[in-house]
Amino acid sequence: MKDKITEASRHTSQNEGLIFEKSSPGKRGFDLPRLDVPVVDPAQVLGDNYRREGVVGFPEVSEIEVLRHFTRLSRWNYAIDLGMYPLGSCTMKYNPRVNETIARLEGIATEHPLQPQEVSQGCLKILHLLEQCLAAITGMDALTLQPAAGAQGELTGLLLIRSYLASQGNPRKTVLIPDSAHGTNPATAVIAGYRIQNIPSDSRGQIDVAKLTEVVTEDVAALMITNPSTLGIFEERISEVADILHRKGALLYMDGANMNALAGVARPGDFGVDVMHLNLHKTFSTPHGGGGPGAGPVAMKRILEPFRPIPVLIEKHNGSLALEENRPLSIGRVKAFAGNFGVLVRALAYILAYGPGIRQATEDAVLNANYIRKHLEDVFDLPYNLPSMHEVVFSDHRQKANGISTLDIAKRLIDYGFHPYTTAFPLIVHGAMMIEPTESESKEECDLFIEAMRAIAEEAALDPELVKQAPHTTRVGRLDEVTAARKPILRWVGKG
Amino acid sequence: MRYLPKSPIERSQMLSAIAARSMEDLFSSIPERFRLRQLLDLPGPCAESEIIQYFKERARENSVGYARFLGAGVYDHLRSVVTDTIIQRGEFLTSYTPYQAEISQGTLQAIFEFQTLMCQLTGQEVANASMWDGSTATAEAVLMAERITQRRRALVARSLHPHYRDVLNTYARSSGLDVVEIPFDTDGAVSQQALQAELGEDLAALVVGSPNFFGVLEQLPVLAQAAHSVGALLIVAIAEGVSLGLVRPPLEADIVALEGQSFGLAPSYGGPFVGVIATREKYVRQMPGRLAGETTDSRGRRGFVLTLVAREQHIRREKATSNICTNQALCALAAAVHLTLLGKDGLGEMALQNLSKAQFALGELLKIPGVARPFGAPFFNEFTLVFPRPVETINRELLTKKIIGPLALEPAYPELPNHALVCVTETTTREEIERFADALDAALAPLEVRA
Amino acid sequence: MGYPGNYRYTRQHEWIEINGTGVGSVGITDFAQKQLGDVVFVGLPKVGTTFKGGEELATVESTKAVFEVFAPLSCEVLDVNRSLESAPEKVNADPYGAAWFAKVRILDPAELESLMDASAYEAFCPESKI
Repeated sequence: MKDKITEASRHTSQNEGLIFEKSSPGKRGFDLPRLDVPVVDPAQVLGDNYRREGVVGFPEVSEIEVLRHFTRLSRWNYAIDLGMYPLGSCTMKYNPRVNETIARLEGIATEHPLQPQEVSQGCLKILHLLEQCLAAITGMDALTLQPAAGAQGELTGLLLIRSYLASQGNPRKTVLIPDSAHGTNPATAVIAGYRIQNIPSDSRGQIDVAKLTEVVTEDVAALMITNPSTLGIFEERISEVADILHRKGALLYMDGANMNALAGVARPGDFGVDVMHLNLHKTFSTPHGGGGPGAGPVAMKRILEPFRPIPVLIEKHNGSLALEENRPLSIGRVKAFAGNFGVLVRALAYILAYGPGIRQATEDAVLNANYIRKHLEDVFDLPYNLPSMHEVVFSDHRQKANGISTLDIAKRLIDYGFHPYTTAFPLIVHGAMMIEPTESESKEECDLFIEAMRAIAEEAALDPELVKQAPHTTRVGRLDEVTAARKPILRWVGKG
Repeated sequence: MRYLPKSPIERSQMLSAIAARSMEDLFSSIPERFRLRQLLDLPGPCAESEIIQYFKERARENSVGYARFLGAGVYDHLRSVVTDTIIQRGEFLTSYTPYQAEISQGTLQAIFEFQTLMCQLTGQEVANASMWDGSTATAEAVLMAERITQRRRALVARSLHPHYRDVLNTYARSSGLDVVEIPFDTDGAVSQQALQAELGEDLAALVVGSPNFFGVLEQLPVLAQAAHSVGALLIVAIAEGVSLGLVRPPLEADIVALEGQSFGLAPSYGGPFVGVIATREKYVRQMPGRLAGETTDSRGRRGFVLTLVAREQHIRREKATSNICTNQALCALAAAVHLTLLGKDGLGEMALQNLSKAQFALGELLKIPGVARPFGAPFFNEFTLVFPRPVETINRELLTKKIIGPLALEPAYPELPNHALVCVTETTTREEIERFADALDAALAPLEVRA
Repeated sequence: MGYPGNYRYTRQHEWIEINGTGVGSVGITDFAQKQLGDVVFVGLPKVGTTFKGGEELATVESTKAVFEVFAPLSCEVLDVNRSLESAPEKVNADPYGAAWFAKVRILDPAELESLMDASAYEAFCPESKI
């Protein structure tokens, strides 16, 4: 009798299978309206091109099964709506819901990028206003809103630099990148056709200005800098850095990933940056959605403006706006159409919510980071004892004595209800723990986070195995990444 | 401010805790001359209702209420409301990239299902978790072919979407890749003769779109043979994914670069959309983009992780397969939800409605004196017509009747004056098609009378 | 595990087998495989390729890192160990034996002078970091 009851003991929401495993021929989740023209015979119209058997293996499930399936999956995720993501340089702030509403409005979500400009003035005004706002925030002269993400913004920036330098007679060969840089920086420089030269950080984690002076020659196109750095520390000698480059005709590119420390407080255009990208999915609150979409607009000084990707937003004599493609010096397109408009509108909605008060978000972000730093610097090693801005980097040095690494501490943090901080980055800190709370965390949340981290520090000393085997409270434990890489299974394959 | 969870008291408590006198102290590491003395001149602050009001006003200045016959890489398709219900859930909308697998199983399993659906659609063995869009997926596919073959030259069909070609040129120029364009023939497809003339042992890839920009289906088996005969890869770009419901998948392709906008993503004035690269298993280590793989945990339970991570920028840095970091995850989720709702039969039926409506529209439009069909090759839901007058002037008249007419091809193809690209999907009603035909007839009539 | 006496070692933790014939196997050391962790993939060179000493000959991947294997000296690749493609874990299990990467012909025997012998390598290891 007992063994007959076993099937009911697995609760489906904890053991939800793949959607394909629920499939059965003849089920449908969506019906189309009746066809109002004569139906054609596809075999006749398409001939050899006809896909007779349909899409083999495609699931056949009902609407309720689809809804339940994905709802159940969603409950296995952590999210900002549930709690803090202290991920350094990711700026996981609140994603305002009004942004979702406006992005879905009829007349906003429905517009075709190639429709006549006479019936697109609403879209163009939105782009125009966003360009103006981002120019004001960055202290730059011109914008392109086309790049699809930060990495694409970086590529756009380097291509702008290349075209500008070529127009001056020599595109040059080398891009300088600090050893603390995000991985997209060197990857992008290579795609842009440049050689990379690493610039070491000095003992304070800042750009080694003496070394920089040595290596900047007329063969260097640019330095790619992040400011504040990936250590969360402002580069105090930034204007010297800019001067060194400019004197040799090179340019300063800024990775804008850490703009959350600067918006409304300081402008990169003021401290010598020539071109930079912004991550709208970081500083400007557009949702991460599990990995994207984002947008990586590029702001630049006047000298780079003629090289912008097409189309370029212009104002016509009669006051109407248009997208112009006739730009002989343009670097071309980096993406089809004008940009991730749906992401751009969300960023504008965010800016409108704050207005000039955007400074207060930046202040709260820096306040939170410093508050957390203050309450953890007695239990975790702080490799660079300089003022932190919106993020702070600790290391696992003290806990390593008991064999506990930054990864272990991060996994244990999950048991306390938090998403881990950024582990193992930047590379210049061994066993890095990069923490960025953002302004969206209340004092209560910050205090809870501090309590959790302090508890883990104690556990690391008194009960290291507990930390090493973490997490203990999740649906699945640590997963076998080694087998997943040795023998990758990248899709479901039906039986027979 | 409603997005900032701090009261003045809490701020001052926190400031005391860190021994700072004021917020200004927090920025002491920024040289004084760079610290702004005034607030920025930005519009706002706006209440929630004011924000909505602003965008509603902008929406009124766009094209609500107009019938539309545009495709050209962005397609109007039906979308279930269930898709938004799912992607609006905070656990999907506001979650991060699934690097911490234990608390991201929802995202990871959804990606795994998405990868599977893309393989099933394209007939390829592996597919990634998304690229930014079809145009960048195509460019990255060419760079991938370059890595695989170790060759530096690519042929691209002129009949491929102009934006896709532009993006490829931008990427190719900077990586030193030589890209040569192959013209199209009188049937609207790649010129076999011109192709043969350009084949060589230095070729990494041949890139074509199918359906191509003119709506025409290319002859993929023949093109594959040509590319393979010199050891090059065939890359097929697909801008209209719904076509795969009825059109046989590009099995001969070595790499498929797909645009998934047609799978439940609103046109949204050009983005965000979702690109996919699908290919043979043997090329997986050269493929850019994230990949979700199946595995087990210590207790043998099935789970999913991001895998083959060493290809990516955060590990490989300058030797990475791509610089891509943020992708189009939520759009991929929307596409996965949409496709599972439609299912096998639903997608087939949607494709059949497209095919039928396009054939009907073609028939109606060809009845109009002066309208001709220049390309005879089979098409899916887009076709090219040639008019007796410039398309722009015709479209201006159509616009007065609240019809957004077909795309003029001359700007991108000066060799095709008076040619227009008409798109008809399952969302275009018979009434709209007939109204369009009437309006086009009227727009062309004066010329007829004069003649 | 000890350091095989008939091998010579590089500062980048590769080894080459010396047996007097001018042809020998090449691989990575036990120290290297420990630093890397579980090996998930090995990228091997093409047979017939020649390398200068210090050029990238192969790659080894763990889930979190990539390690470049450099040619210990100028050589020509005569054979590669295909079994590592299906069983990369051999690199962890038997780095000096079954996990040889390639068999090479030494092009300039004089270059052997600059390599370390087993005891020199053993002394070198503790200070080193991959």
